[in-house]
Amino acid sequence: MKTYEKSAGFFPVFERKTGPAKEATHYCPGCGHGNVHKMIAEALEEFGLIGRSVFVSPVGCSVFGYYYFNCGNFQAAHGRAPAVATAVKRTNPDSIVISYQGDGDLAAIGTAETIHAANRGENICVFFVNNAIYGMTGGQMAPTTMIGQRSTTTPQGRLETVHGNPIRMAEMLATLPAPTYIERVAIGDSKHIMKARKAIRKALKIQAEGKGYSFVEIVSACPTGWKMDPVHARDWLLEDMLKVFPLGVFKDESDSRDENSWHRRYDAYEPAVVDEYLDRLKSTLGEAEPVALENDLHCKFAGFGGQGILTLGLLLSQIGMRAGQHVSWFPAYGPEMRGGTANCSVNLCGSRIGTPLVENPNVLVVMNQPSLDAFADQVTDGGVIIVDTTIVEGRPDAKRLRPVLIPATAIADEVGMAKIANVVVLGALVAATGCFPRAFCEDTLRAAIKKRSLVDMNIDAFGRGYDFVKNAR
Amino acid sequence: MARQFMKGNDAIVVGALAAGCRAYYGYPITPASEIAHAAALHFPALGGVFIQAESEVAAMNMVYGSAGMGVRTMTASSSPGFSLKQEGLSYAAGAELPCVVVNIVRGGPGLGNIAPEQGDYFQITKGGGHGNYRLIALAPNGAQEMCDLTMHAFELADKYRNPACIMADGITGQMMEVVEIPKAQPRTWDHSSWCVDGTPATAGNLVSSIILEPEELEAHNLKLEAKYQRITADEVMFEKYAVDDADLVVVAYGVVSRIVYSTVDQARAEGLKVGLLRPITLWPFPSAAIAALCGTAKSFLAVELSTGQMVEDVRLAVEGRKPVHFYGRCGGVVPGGDELLAEYRRVLGGGSR
Repeated sequence: MKTYEKSAGFFPVFERKTGPAKEATHYCPGCGHGNVHKMIAEALEEFGLIGRSVFVSPVGCSVFGYYYFNCGNFQAAHGRAPAVATAVKRTNPDSIVISYQGDGDLAAIGTAETIHAANRGENICVFFVNNAIYGMTGGQMAPTTMIGQRSTTTPQGRLETVHGNPIRMAEMLATLPAPTYIERVAIGDSKHIMKARKAIRKALKIQAEGKGYSFVEIVSACPTGWKMDPVHARDWLLEDMLKVFPLGVFKDESDSRDENSWHRRYDAYEPAVVDEYLDRLKSTLGEAEPVALENDLHCKFAGFGGQGILTLGLLLSQIGMRAGQHVSWFPAYGPEMRGGTANCSVNLCGSRIGTPLVENPNVLVVMNQPSLDAFADQVTDGGVIIVDTTIVEGRPDAKRLRPVLIPATAIADEVGMAKIANVVVLGALVAATGCFPRAFCEDTLRAAIKKRSLVDMNIDAFGRGYDFVKNAR
Repeated sequence: MARQFMKGNDAIVVGALAAGCRAYYGYPITPASEIAHAAALHFPALGGVFIQAESEVAAMNMVYGSAGMGVRTMTASSSPGFSLKQEGLSYAAGAELPCVVVNIVRGGPGLGNIAPEQGDYFQITKGGGHGNYRLIALAPNGAQEMCDLTMHAFELADKYRNPACIMADGITGQMMEVVEIPKAQPRTWDHSSWCVDGTPATAGNLVSSIILEPEELEAHNLKLEAKYQRITADEVMFEKYAVDDADLVVVAYGVVSRIVYSTVDQARAEGLKVGLLRPITLWPFPSAAIAALCGTAKSFLAVELSTGQMVEDVRLAVEGRKPVHFYGRCGGVVPGGDELLAEYRRVLGGGSR
């Protein structure tokens, strides 16, 4: 005589379940969930997967999956089980992850999560119990509710023109290239149950072999939600539902995919590895002795997009950083970007910097006319204003400000590249403000210019800008 | 000394890596996208996880998944995206999952704009999602703090098994400053008693926020509340500048605190005794530090990039003992120093606005 025992995939006693009946499930008579649970539990046991399995319960009647499954359990927000399952699998690729969902959860509120987990080919199993109704919440229309089917939110029956048609998820997902295996089965008579068991086992095997995403849709009865006795519910399922939800394999690439072809890499945290990696992110300017800064610089650089305005700010910032000064760089973004000017604020200070925004610069660079018009009045009295006279026609107030008029773009053309006018301006700025020694700036530029072939040209441009100002004095 | 000149948004990712964060889930949105860009570059290179999720909702629920595994994990977004994360934050708080969520706040409501604002203060500090819960909220005001407070956020999240939020603004995210790159932290946390990580050792655990019995759920809520009280008692962070003799204590956080800092010396140069109190933790709020200044300060001024959100917490701290004024700009308009100085003069001169 053979004794049938509860699978080890289930808890021996359902201690997490509320109420006194700790050995029975909370499911109604004739419900398919019990069968599906049993098939999963038995497969986990037989394949030796229980210890590394994680069962993600959805919202719906199977919200209490964690009452029963003797493995790690997550309870997920409504529709989000595939997102949770994705993360679980990615952060332990050796785990066996089951996203167990009903029709409202999977095909309505969680449609996006369902499609995209499938589209990424997550190496998980999605078991989709389609019973054409919201059970737990009180018999409302599900995305899979049949045309004509009455529910608490379709009291006259589902109408195509009002509520749309039942969604066929298996067919939809089978259009995606990534999924490995997609099948629809049913919990009806024993013949169907045998096929369902086979499909569930196959899906779990595919995951265990690292072959990718499986989706098994299980058409299942909900006598309570359908307001039928279990026998009539089973008959309606087999005769009516399967016409809309035909059974079969919609996709199966399990034989053609290699083992572990969908197994993703994940390395646990190793501080030493991270340290080595972070070390590569550090500045490559090289160490230098701090260089004193006599006066704090509050700079605004402005011109057209494409003139290297932001880069000018970055180069000065790098010089400041290497000199051991406090530095901030902020690009105009949002409303200030409109009107054809690009600009950035740079602070170079000997002490802690307050606002990173420069409202009243003591150094202004203008490389187009709109910038001169917009910002010249904001410069503090006696402030330096550097004007690229190749481009800007206007001239600043020489009584209030210290104008540096330099044909930067023309000089850059002589150097060999008009785009390098910003570095000519940088040379002029360093000469006009005396912020840092020339050689220190040139050393920094050599280290900062990433393209080695452009280093000499940049040094040339910087020097010409610097000399232009020095010689003009 | 390992330093680099970097954006605040990039510094967040450096801090996360050094804190041992292994999984980043995100969705593109301005002005937070650089965080996702940097994460996409660095996390996979270190054998970690980066997924550009199908939605903010999915990204947050992926964080729920990795956090439940006991792995340090994060997501980042900006205001409209942060609104979408509220579901997952409530679940994570309910299930007591440690994780870090960054909000680079932009102009709202609705689609608003991409300019800096602080209009998400209520959403971050008062709950945001459903149920009785709190987010630990940290407000950096520069690139170094974007890095350091992200590391601290992971510590607090693990210490209290609670989501922690970095609230910054578009300027702090986009601005570049010199950042000292930190050393990677030793792994100090052990979540094996509660996490579910797909190993036999944790197979008996459950990550869940459902508790059906009212008495049990009440007990769970009270347990959470006791935790929030502990956090309030132990984790407040703030910074004071020239407040001890200040007639006017300006309360400001994030980029606004930088602007106010610049104005304090200017104000004092013209004889206005102004000081700055900067909350670094927005929740828990430095109420006691503000209350302690009620004896010396003549009045308080909350300055925000909002129509008046944090000012309510300042009023609660002051409890009517001194006048609490408010000055705010919003929609992406950032007040200038002159504007604030004019406001100090008005407040200290007793004038009305």
